[in-house]
Amino acid sequence: MCSYIVEKAKLIGSAKGANGWMRIDTANVYYDHPFHAPLDHALGIDFINEAEGARERVAVELSAQSARELVEKILAALATGEIEHGKAARHAAAAVAAE
Amino acid sequence: MYEGMIAKTVSFRGHKGDVGEAYYARPLGAGPWPGVVLIHHMPGWDEWIKEATRKLAYHGFATISPHLYFREGPGSPDDVGARTRAAGGVADEQVIGDVAGCMEFLRAQPYANGKIGVIGFCSGGRHTYLVACSLPGIDAAVDCWGGNVIVDDPKQLNAKRPVAPIDLTDKLHCPLLGLFGNDDENPNRDQVNRTEAVLKKLGKTYEFHRYDGAGHAFFNVMRPAYRAEQALDGWSKVIAFYGKHLATPAAARAA
Repeated sequence: MCSYIVEKAKLIGSAKGANGWMRIDTANVYYDHPFHAPLDHALGIDFINEAEGARERVAVELSAQSARELVEKILAALATGEIEHGKAARHAAAAVAAE
Repeated sequence: MYEGMIAKTVSFRGHKGDVGEAYYARPLGAGPWPGVVLIHHMPGWDEWIKEATRKLAYHGFATISPHLYFREGPGSPDDVGARTRAAGGVADEQVIGDVAGCMEFLRAQPYANGKIGVIGFCSGGRHTYLVACSLPGIDAAVDCWGGNVIVDDPKQLNAKRPVAPIDLTDKLHCPLLGLFGNDDENPNRDQVNRTEAVLKKLGKTYEFHRYDGAGHAFFNVMRPAYRAEQALDGWSKVIAFYGKHLATPAAARAA
């Protein structure tokens, strides 16, 4: 593609890279020629801390199909996780009320 | 027959006098050797680019490949490339200055024969077309599947890339070799045909070769896009083209 097109996602979280854990505030997302993956094109995600200069990144290069499957799994994990944690939160609230 | 080459990192003075690093490979021996500037592809200054640099040295060309993203360093080439991508890529003006600096480096070598070629892959193919239309002193240029030489979407033009290289074709002053895969999407067949039509109309010296069963980056042995038969033929076209326009190196091999 040689496109230079980058989608920027603002986010809150942490990522673990070569120098340990770091806070991240941005994901740069693109679909282009990868550096390492044995693919002609790959979905690249660079997790960075833009506010701190983005000198370090945690990177992945995924095939288009795996990227789509990952999106589905992320959404599925969020859906089930939020239900379970919602139950847990309600149980905790009930236990506190019973005391 | 003795064969030998040296390959190493060197410094070069690029655009605005900035000092950057480059990979440089040359045949051992007295020469004289033609010089080539090899412009890396979009992913950056990677292992395959260095392999291609050594390949040209093997065939008798002192070849320098500048790390066009060095200003975003220090860091590994992939991290530096990621920063460059996030910054919108490198500016055309800067690339032209960096290539000019590498040409000076080549000319300054005691074994240089004074002839200089340029070759580039992917975005480097576009850069090759650009510098061949912008810099004096290039004797032969090889565009390997450079995308966006023709810009169909004006949104792709910006401060860093203000002009479509095709619009500079009247300033092309050296022979141009173009290699393309017919399955490529950037440049696609139509764009390659339109580029050729402009070259023909303006009476430029060029030769284009199109390969069936190949797409983008079919020289790259580290990607599924690699096509052995087409790549072997393509490399032979490159060596023959440089042999013709940069003076044939003795025995065509490092000696």
